[in-house]
Amino acid sequence: MPAWLPPPAVLAHLGLILVVFNMLVLSAAFMVWMERKVCAYIQDRNGPNRVGFEGVLQPFADVIKLLFKEELRPKAADALLFAIAPVISAAAAFAAFAVIPFGTSTTLWGLLDQPIPLQVTDVNVAVLVIFAITSMGIYGIVLAGWSSNSKYSLLGGLRSSAQMISYELSYGLALAAVIMLAGSLSLREIVLNQAGTWWGFIPRWYVFLQPIGFLIFMTAGVAETNRAPFDFPEAEQELVAGYHTEYSSMSFAMFFLAEYVNMVTVSAVATSLFLGGWLGPFLPDWLAWVWFLVKVFLILFFYVWMRWTLPRYRYDQLMEFGWKYLLPVAVLNLLATAALILWIG
Amino acid sequence: MLTSYVPIFIFIVIAAAFAAFTIVFARLVSAQKPNAIKLEPYECGIEAAGDARDRYSIRYYLIAMLFVIFDVETVFMFPWAVSLGKLAVFGLIEMLLFLFILVVGYFYAWRKGALEWQL
Amino acid sequence: MDVIAFYIFAAIAVVASVLVVGQKNPMHSVMLLITSFGALAGLYVLLDAPFTAVTQIIIYAGAIMVLFLFVVMLLNVPREEPAPPAVSALLGPTGIRIGVILSLLLGAEIVWALSRIGLGWFPQDPAAASVSSVALIGASLFTRHAFAFEATSVLILVAMIGAVVLARREH
Repeated sequence: MPAWLPPPAVLAHLGLILVVFNMLVLSAAFMVWMERKVCAYIQDRNGPNRVGFEGVLQPFADVIKLLFKEELRPKAADALLFAIAPVISAAAAFAAFAVIPFGTSTTLWGLLDQPIPLQVTDVNVAVLVIFAITSMGIYGIVLAGWSSNSKYSLLGGLRSSAQMISYELSYGLALAAVIMLAGSLSLREIVLNQAGTWWGFIPRWYVFLQPIGFLIFMTAGVAETNRAPFDFPEAEQELVAGYHTEYSSMSFAMFFLAEYVNMVTVSAVATSLFLGGWLGPFLPDWLAWVWFLVKVFLILFFYVWMRWTLPRYRYDQLMEFGWKYLLPVAVLNLLATAALILWIG
Repeated sequence: MLTSYVPIFIFIVIAAAFAAFTIVFARLVSAQKPNAIKLEPYECGIEAAGDARDRYSIRYYLIAMLFVIFDVETVFMFPWAVSLGKLAVFGLIEMLLFLFILVVGYFYAWRKGALEWQL
Repeated sequence: MDVIAFYIFAAIAVVASVLVVGQKNPMHSVMLLITSFGALAGLYVLLDAPFTAVTQIIIYAGAIMVLFLFVVMLLNVPREEPAPPAVSALLGPTGIRIGVILSLLLGAEIVWALSRIGLGWFPQDPAAASVSSVALIGASLFTRHAFAFEATSVLILVAMIGAVVLARREH
């Protein structure tokens, strides 16, 4: 190897980062297809089936179409903020995945001296990093809503940001309950703490120790990603398309991408915190990531299923539910967890 | 340990660069034919009336204020949760006292209707 | 490597903060302030204080700035309003008179403060490295600084009541 190249471990790490990034983009494309397909079957029709086998290439056709669409910006819009809002949304959506572990570690079939863990990076405050990045996602939406200078956009952006901050608290408190069980903030350690079984057949996943925490996390996660039944920012029938009403072409595609990547990320966090991450029976260590994918896929399927089954809440119901029910329950859950841990030891 | 934060930074930069590049690229390859009508904000086909940046409900401000307050509380929960094992029962009592004072404020806000959304 | 990163983050923080003051559009000011907070978080990471860095993002960039955004949108002043004549006579053209006085005051304060702090002011305690562990922060915050922690809750209570009362009056 020439001397000017960085050491193989660094190269492998950079390669891993690129692979993870591309997998996220592809998973978003896959989600778009799955959403349309599942929706179609739920509504007793076929869905996309022309482009590629059963329409799997439909998302790529959509992207090519969007690529050649005219990019419009309302004349009274704030040009700078209008341009950076989709970039912020996309960057925040991707960033949170950086700390999620999705497998054990690999030496790339012996190419590397030291095995590298299957994760972009393992930091000791990983859970807090996720919480922090989640709180940054709001800005893309608020800025898009405000800068468009359109009434639908502004209302959508405002509603969405108020909704996200309301549910972020319960989201954080559900994270804290898991942290308390694991005694660590590193996601890799949290996953490894869930290894083993009770009585030989029940996996020691935190979902069994924290069932209420899991429900709180999933509810808050759906609200954070603005998905049905909490999809108020988009509420087609009342707000047209909410904060991205005025966006077109690839800027619109970036919001779309951000939404789906956010779903993947929340599912991946739920998998790591509550469902034992990549841990699972039967598969050898180097294939453990398959379990991770399976679990994430199941949660994503649940997301889609829910969207096409449940009607949308009313906005005042949503805010009241977040503040009057979910938040107190999240606090009580945390305190009860603390008391039980101290009692049982 | 510091180096473990560099990949997060790289990841954010890649994501932002990808988004920016795609948007700029789309601008370059697509036909741009703007006209006055196209550049109007969308209002269901009717001519836009007034400025969109109107004043809006004070509730959003109140929700944001309560969010800041409870967010501070939530951040205190993290170090407490991690070190509960060491703090033992003393830690739990301490947190109960902390939360009790907050709960007083929470019920005050509730009673005053700060958590109601309907006007 | 660390030094380069320090100068990059420091430059971003300073430039963004200066631009915050220079903006006519309050929305742009808010975004620049968030940028500045982000750079500060980077500096905290360099100081091996990741918990402080993340808290900086969660509380300042994530919560307080959302409040700022809402206030800017609530008041909805797209441009700064010109000051009334009596005030603008005092401020001078584009507020330059009061600006110069305030900068001089601030400059004098900084010189005074720096002259009082020697470089040996902050001892390089090897134990200080332990700040990076969240568990240690917790252990210290909830034992040694327990009173300050409890006092915070009273502070938060006051803020909460204040917010509710203010919003009610506007109603």
